Amino acid sequence: MKNLGKILLVGILILSVSLTITGCSKKYETTIKVYNWGDYIDEEVITQFEEQYNIGVIYDIFATNEDMYVKLSSGGADYDVAFPSDYMIKRMIDEDMLLPIDLNNVPNYRHIEDRFKDLEFDPSNEYSVPYMWGTVGILYNKTMVDDPVESWEILWDEKYAKQIFMLDSQRDSIAVALKLLGYSLNTRNIEELEEAKELLIRQKPLVLAYVGDEVKDKMIGNEAALAVVWSGDAVYMMSENPDLEYAIPKEGTNLWFDSMVIPKTSKNKEAAEKFINFMLETEIAFKNADYIGYATPHKEARAMLDEELTSDKTFYPDPEDLTNTEVFKDLADFLPEYDRIWTEVKAN
Amino acid sequence: MKRNWLAYPYILWILVFVLFPMVLVLGYGVVVKTDTGFALTLQHLQRVFEPIYLKVIWRSIVLAFISTVICLFLGYPVAMILANQNFKQRNVFLALIVIPMWMNFLARTYAWMSLLERNGLINQFLNFLGLPNLNILYTDYAVVLGMVYNFLPFMILPIYAVLSKTDRSLIEAAEDLGATPSVIFRRITFPLSLPGVFAGIIMVFLPAVTTFAISRLLGGGHYMLIGNLIEQQFLTTQDWSFGAALSTVLLIGILLIMKVLGRYERDSGGGVLW
Repeated sequence: MKNLGKILLVGILILSVSLTITGCSKKYETTIKVYNWGDYIDEEVITQFEEQYNIGVIYDIFATNEDMYVKLSSGGADYDVAFPSDYMIKRMIDEDMLLPIDLNNVPNYRHIEDRFKDLEFDPSNEYSVPYMWGTVGILYNKTMVDDPVESWEILWDEKYAKQIFMLDSQRDSIAVALKLLGYSLNTRNIEELEEAKELLIRQKPLVLAYVGDEVKDKMIGNEAALAVVWSGDAVYMMSENPDLEYAIPKEGTNLWFDSMVIPKTSKNKEAAEKFINFMLETEIAFKNADYIGYATPHKEARAMLDEELTSDKTFYPDPEDLTNTEVFKDLADFLPEYDRIWTEVKAN
Repeated sequence: MKRNWLAYPYILWILVFVLFPMVLVLGYGVVVKTDTGFALTLQHLQRVFEPIYLKVIWRSIVLAFISTVICLFLGYPVAMILANQNFKQRNVFLALIVIPMWMNFLARTYAWMSLLERNGLINQFLNFLGLPNLNILYTDYAVVLGMVYNFLPFMILPIYAVLSKTDRSLIEAAEDLGATPSVIFRRITFPLSLPGVFAGIIMVFLPAVTTFAISRLLGGGHYMLIGNLIEQQFLTTQDWSFGAALSTVLLIGILLIMKVLGRYERDSGGGVLW
């Protein structure tokens, strides 16, 4: 046994030494740290960037805006590029957590469609450059649902008891209830929130589970009939399971944008801007959009994508289709009210 | 007093990684931000005792309690079999109990998800036998199952450790004096194993009452447990003060439980943990 231990120890030493050697074999001029959503890039693109610019990329992922915010605001991380969504960008701007981006260093910004510039959360695009956008809607399995899916109401239909997946996210799930009631999903009216709460509590016995990313595997595996999902995930799931279909309810929904920002902790703003510019190169933007399935704000990349996808108004809605959609606003000091509502739904 | 310096790294470790974070948690829990700076307050701690949060805490305790009882009833006989001197394959069985613990706990919990789901392996097998489907994923049953599965070794091992050290001569003496096996178990084996039982109860109950992953994955997020509530305060709501107050109450509750069980343990001559 003693010998075995020695052999193991030597083996581990050799392994670690060789790993360090290979680790050093690629020497980059500089490195940047990128913080993105899980499964939200074609990873080939990163290697391409490293080779082309001789800049190493340390790539980390997060699961929610809130995870990312906590990590950045606690000061423990020094990321150079991050990919937050609309309301989170607003909060980070308000809390002075971002560096302004010099658009002269991001010439590819000209490829972005005008409708995605100067959005409310960053009125003059001082801090953020659009990456992807989309909606929230209902993904349903055609073999299990025989009613037309056109209203959030169907998520309250007893016929589909225990066949419904909701999002385990207070903002998103409360938004569904608020929209069904005809209220704004940024409401600061306690009575409206209370109504939403009652609705969600009523829905609870019908819900199979409140889920995160695992909804993808479950819906592909025919585990449920209906699920609230993000549009881009719907594209992926539909490509894996042809029985699935995506619909945006008529009451309206949440319209969202994920953009690239440079956190204040960045030590290499120049390289970060190079990375952002690289992500907007037509070829690269196309690669990413094609890989992850979300809608791109990039004109040329959109033109290169499969016509069938980009002409589908559920995935690439025109501005006039979006009249009753809303973008999340940062709730700031009102957030505890949403938290209370959600806790009451979950505790009952 | 010699060789005391050997303890310094340990003391430093405790200071930096145990004591300091605990002070931070306590601090966050009793402090409120005012216009002029910070002030002491009990408002966060009071909020913990609002009915809605008590409901969450109560549910966590009930589920953890059920899991602990099941672990005890499953684990004790296993520990006894393992501790039996005539048991030849003991090392094989011990390895079978321990090896799954080398695998990441989340990966094992995810595996239960695909086993239990509607079109999962268990249901496919049941269908193959012509039996009705078993739909327990996303219910409390699945949560308890996940807890029992994950924490059972923590019950078996301490009981086994104590039982295997039991003085055989006591049992032989009882046999010589004509005690039946059931009397031997009630009057000798079980009382002597109590330190292991208490250690097992603590080691199962604590992770069970604080879990947030099992309730999310196997419970389908239907019900919030205290672990989920604390996580939500720190990540989603950014209400670190309330999260810290919840953690403080949880910490005090756990310390009390350990104190009570620890006393029994000492009374029965053990002292595995305290």
